[in-house]
Amino acid sequence: MASLSVKIKRQRGIGFWVGAAVAALILFLCFGTVGIVAWRAEAGSTINEADISALTFTVKQALLSAFFSVILAIPVARALARRSFFGRRVLITLLGAPFVLPVIVAVLGLLAVFGRSGIVSWLLGQFGIAPIHIYGLHGVVLAHVFFNLPLAVRLILQGWLAIPSEQFRLAASLGCKARDRRRLLEYPMLAEVVPGAFAIIFLICTTSFAVALAIGGGPKSTTLELAIYHAFRFDFDLSKAALLAILQVALSGCAALLAWRLARAASVGGGFDRMVNHYATGSSHVGDSVWLLMTSLFLGLPLAMIVIDGVPRFFSLPLSVWQAAGRSFLVSMATTGLTVVFGLSLAFWVTRLRGTARGLGEAIGYLTVAVSPLVMGAGLFIVIFEFASPQDWALPITALVNSIVALPFAMRVFLPAVEACDARFGALAQSLDLKGFARFRLLEAPRLARPIGFVAGLAAALSMGDLGVVALFADPARATLPLALYDLMGAYRMADAAGAALLLMLLSLGVFYLFDRGGRTDAPL
Amino acid sequence: MKYSMIAAGIVLASAATADTQELTVYTYDSFVSDWGPGPAIEKAFEAQCECDLKLVGAGDGAALLARVRLEGVRTKADIVLGLDTNLTAAAAETGLFALHGQEGVAFDLPIEWEDTMFIPYDWGYFAFIYDNTKISTPPANFKELAASDLKIVIQDPRSSTPGLGLLMWVKAAYGDEAPAIWEALSDNIITVTKGWSEAYGMFLEGEADMVLSYTTSPAYHLIAEEDASKSAAPFEEGHYLQVEVAAKVAHTDHSDLADEFLAFMVSDAFQSIIPTTNWMYPAVTPDDGLPEGFETLTIPTEALLFAAGDAQAERDGALEEWRLSLSK
Repeated sequence: MASLSVKIKRQRGIGFWVGAAVAALILFLCFGTVGIVAWRAEAGSTINEADISALTFTVKQALLSAFFSVILAIPVARALARRSFFGRRVLITLLGAPFVLPVIVAVLGLLAVFGRSGIVSWLLGQFGIAPIHIYGLHGVVLAHVFFNLPLAVRLILQGWLAIPSEQFRLAASLGCKARDRRRLLEYPMLAEVVPGAFAIIFLICTTSFAVALAIGGGPKSTTLELAIYHAFRFDFDLSKAALLAILQVALSGCAALLAWRLARAASVGGGFDRMVNHYATGSSHVGDSVWLLMTSLFLGLPLAMIVIDGVPRFFSLPLSVWQAAGRSFLVSMATTGLTVVFGLSLAFWVTRLRGTARGLGEAIGYLTVAVSPLVMGAGLFIVIFEFASPQDWALPITALVNSIVALPFAMRVFLPAVEACDARFGALAQSLDLKGFARFRLLEAPRLARPIGFVAGLAAALSMGDLGVVALFADPARATLPLALYDLMGAYRMADAAGAALLLMLLSLGVFYLFDRGGRTDAPL
Repeated sequence: MKYSMIAAGIVLASAATADTQELTVYTYDSFVSDWGPGPAIEKAFEAQCECDLKLVGAGDGAALLARVRLEGVRTKADIVLGLDTNLTAAAAETGLFALHGQEGVAFDLPIEWEDTMFIPYDWGYFAFIYDNTKISTPPANFKELAASDLKIVIQDPRSSTPGLGLLMWVKAAYGDEAPAIWEALSDNIITVTKGWSEAYGMFLEGEADMVLSYTTSPAYHLIAEEDASKSAAPFEEGHYLQVEVAAKVAHTDHSDLADEFLAFMVSDAFQSIIPTTNWMYPAVTPDDGLPEGFETLTIPTEALLFAAGDAQAERDGALEEWRLSLSK
């Protein structure tokens, strides 16, 4: 026991304290900002019926979004698990696209497909059916399904692939029918995987802002985040913003706890990781193809429309759009740097902790998944307002908040990698007295190049496309590209908006690709 | 001779520094758009002031005030142009604006102008615009509109002056009955946009049957596009009046230039640009009168308007009613 404590003490270098400082910063940004907003709020504002309806709408749309994402994902994941076909790889890549696609761009693509003058309405018109319109609850849910169906498919697909193919073989050799196979192998797996996927998507949808902002369509479909934005930005009503912020944090806190409990990886017996595609019957083959085709269309058409609509104006975009793109790029790079530094320091810190402290440390890393970027932004705004013009700080704050938002993803990737590295080489490094920056440069950096590249790519893309906190501080002279795009839509300059959307999509996918790729090829292993 | 040259040099040099003076005007998006009054106004004023006029679009009218409030005394605006009488009381309360100091202007407004802080530059009546080739008999009042299955686009009263105008219109016409009207309208409203441009754009793209705009909007289609298919639906309750105003920011570093702009704003040069770019009635009728086509416009039989103080008193309550009725 004594030797253990000595060992721990010896490992507490500068890195440990940097990690602790990052944890403190995160705690401040998550809770301190809510406190600041609440402190500045004058008494007197109470929650009224309209606020409650924002809360119920937030819950309702999140439940529906999670429900449809998961329900639709089950047949798609099953089809992907048991079919090998030409273009399977492309489809799986396509499934990854919504992760790094800016929300506002996707909204524009969805409008082009599902809007009143979109493709679907046009097709319906050919049969004399009235056009559909996208604004309101169903539009919000549609957009969320667009973003989260791929996530659900991936999570459930993992579940399917985790069932060893030997078990399917065994089932086949025992003469199990499709019904038995489902009952014995697939339903138990789904029962384990689906609640977790549902909870994660529910959590993500509770902090929806940009989707509701763009296609919410008024008080009937206002999420809490949007209500915070309205209270802050339009009414400068801090008490209301604070009240809504507390509701928001409580809601997503509960959702996060739920997801934490439910989202445990399913553990089924081991196998040799073969494809599971031999045991489907002919009729299910047709079914699988239909599901895969529908999914490809649903995800691919909006993306295609962005390209088709965007190309004509792409090369004659106004200068202001290019300037906004430049600002977005800088913000994105700053976010990337901060995310990697924060994520790594936190991961190193957590691996040095033991027992309860470790659990808590880990929780801090994932905490920000439940926190509202707008509340953080509002809190920082109030602090800065005391001594400077918050507009001047809009971009640094955006970069900081974005890096905090990206942190849970970073932790998810870094923590296992750092742990593995520590377990394998920790003792060796210690015996060689390799520590501090030398240890990082010689030991960890080469081994972490891939995770760092992936996290950097993700953070860069997320930040490039973010339309959240920057909208609070909005100032056209300092607009980022997503904000400039939203402003163009607001001014109904749709041709320019389409061009800007294409530019934003290319930038987001581009930075993700470059970082992710860089992490893979430059690793001197 | 030498001295006078130096003197001339100094005068010229100071004129050159005066050249670089910049006047920043915060206004609404449609004002600065290529087809709005912005470009012509900028050219006309810069020719006169030898300064650089910077028109900054900051969303719609009500968002303008919110922006100035957010920026407080550190705002970069010298002039805020695009508020209306529903907002002037709230704007005056912020203490961020100065008196306009323009005296003896003979306004051609439907009301007496007594405000000494905000100075009007144009006005109009709110109305729902429809396509008369698609709708033959438009609704004649709010109740008929609510009973119909016509789809409308309106603007958010928290960010947009037309949106706020509609809120006041319903309140002025129906008083305590207003929430019931909003509830009835709820299923007609496709979406609530942040500003006027987006709503009007959606209407023109065919996303909605009617849009909240002005009785003067058809003049744009008639004069600029020779298209007579857009009409304003006359409502029996009367139409709410909007008077658009501007004011000087109290903390401006360019006070004289700002005063010059306010004077320019009510001059013939500015006012003659307004009717066919901002598509509103000018606050001071230009020497050449109104452009041809304006005589075809619907003139409401009754104008509704809350005095600035009353509008301020009504706003918060009406807004809560609106949020609540539409969120049901």
